[in-house]
Amino acid sequence: MTESDEDQADALFHALADRTRRDILRRVLAGEHSISALAASYEMSFAAVQKHVAVLERAGLLTKRRQGREALASGDVQMLRSAGRLLAELEEVWRGRISRIDDLLNQLKE
Amino acid sequence: MPVVDVKTDIDALTLTIVADFAAPVERVWQIYADPRQLERVWGPPQYPATFVDHELSPGGRMNYYMTSPEGEKFCGYWRITEVSEPDFFAFADGFADEQFNPNTDLPESQNVYSFAPHQGGTRATFVATYPSAEGLQQVLDMGMIEGATAAIGQIDELLAA
Repeated sequence: MTESDEDQADALFHALADRTRRDILRRVLAGEHSISALAASYEMSFAAVQKHVAVLERAGLLTKRRQGREALASGDVQMLRSAGRLLAELEEVWRGRISRIDDLLNQLKE
Repeated sequence: MPVVDVKTDIDALTLTIVADFAAPVERVWQIYADPRQLERVWGPPQYPATFVDHELSPGGRMNYYMTSPEGEKFCGYWRITEVSEPDFFAFADGFADEQFNPNTDLPESQNVYSFAPHQGGTRATFVATYPSAEGLQQVLDMGMIEGATAAIGQIDELLAA
């Protein structure tokens, strides 16, 4: 993987590693939501929800557009389904396996 | 970190991972030859693997299941196609029902694991090829995934609804 692919995978896993962000993503994949409507669904400040939305946006999972005073967010299904994303996930699986192999080999030596 | 190289070929749907281990080739091979060692490395801690059948020889079958944190079982098999101990082995990896009958609705991935002596240790090359993006999605949905993946599965359910 190139450095930029690695960065993208980092952003993706970081974005999905948080329960609130996964919940926001589920909502915006089901349909476009205004940030204020999203914020009303959580017991946290508008600014905090905005930050979560920004993290999802940086990972390419969500896109925003403006309509008057409202910022509207929708999920990017293509990104989620892309082969690149799938392979990045598979790479994570493999990195886990390899570190377990390494641990096991080190234990055998002791 | 023992991973030395990762190559993804999006067109060919192939993932190649190269890793160096500080143990002789025979020792690394032993992990795959011993079901008790193999199950310690195959599944992530949250989805431990159990190999119920294990035959690392051409035409041999490995049957395994992984158990989710909720206790749900996901069954899979390896159909071993080539074995050259301790240099490499090749197998098809697929899904199965609870009796380990292959699920023919889902595609198999083709895998080659090879091991070569390298600087007093072992350089392992793992190559996995998937016939389609859908096949790859199924693999990931099956619970082989750490962390974020469970969320992706839920998202896919939502998309399918």
